[in-house]
Amino acid sequence: MFEFVSAILILLGASFALIGSIGLVRFPDIYTRLHGPTKVTTLGLGGLLLGSMFYMFLQGEGVAVRELLIIGFLFLTAPVSAHLVAKAALHRRCQSVCGLPDRDAES
Amino acid sequence: MSSMKRWLPHPDVSAVLLIVWLLLNHTVSIGHLLLGTALGILIPKFTKRFFPEPVFIKRGTVLIRFAATVVWDILVASIAVARLTLDPRSRPAPRFVRVPVSLADDFALTALAGTVSLTPGTVSAQLSADRRHLLVHVLDLDDESALIQDIKQRYEAPIKEIFQC
Repeated sequence: MFEFVSAILILLGASFALIGSIGLVRFPDIYTRLHGPTKVTTLGLGGLLLGSMFYMFLQGEGVAVRELLIIGFLFLTAPVSAHLVAKAALHRRCQSVCGLPDRDAES
Repeated sequence: MSSMKRWLPHPDVSAVLLIVWLLLNHTVSIGHLLLGTALGILIPKFTKRFFPEPVFIKRGTVLIRFAATVVWDILVASIAVARLTLDPRSRPAPRFVRVPVSLADDFALTALAGTVSLTPGTVSAQLSADRRHLLVHVLDLDDESALIQDIKQRYEAPIKEIFQC
């Protein structure tokens, strides 16, 4: 019965990870493409890990702190990498569908 | 005091490193306690030049409330972005927006930029050289001033309170 809950969490997590990757393909430029992987995929992985935690808990393995740590690390590193990719793209003046901000104003 | 400062420039960071090490290894054996302590001393020592000022979290309860808000916003944001992704008729209107910030602490700025990247359709792209503006890329913008208000109230204000800067 409770396995059901962890199955749903894992399925939800997997679907979010998939949707994040679809976003990567579907959006028009590098800046919009960043949005899928940073947010949606991170949440998807969080769901997967929560499902795994719940399952381990039911197996009598106790509370798995490792999964919690992985979630923590993910949420710390995802925005940093997104920020760096966006910064590098701006620096190289990569094409954007919405027009780039003024270079002088930012650097 | 000065020797303590030299060996432990960030005592709280050292403590967190030790705890994380023990949790990762799922043990409190003597060997890992020693190894964790060594890491807790060495890592802040070698990374000190990246953050010379000590890190102070001054309002723990605000931090917890803030974390809850952010987790909730990540959920809402992800569903919104997922909908934009899956709906074939959606034509998102992406824009760059400059958000004025007034945080004095590097750590607080990092926290704000990271939070912005994780929440509703925004990725922080660049901090201006004078640290007064954060350039944010918005996936689907409809009201610029509302977005700026939102970031300032929802994220900047609590971060300011947590780090007291």
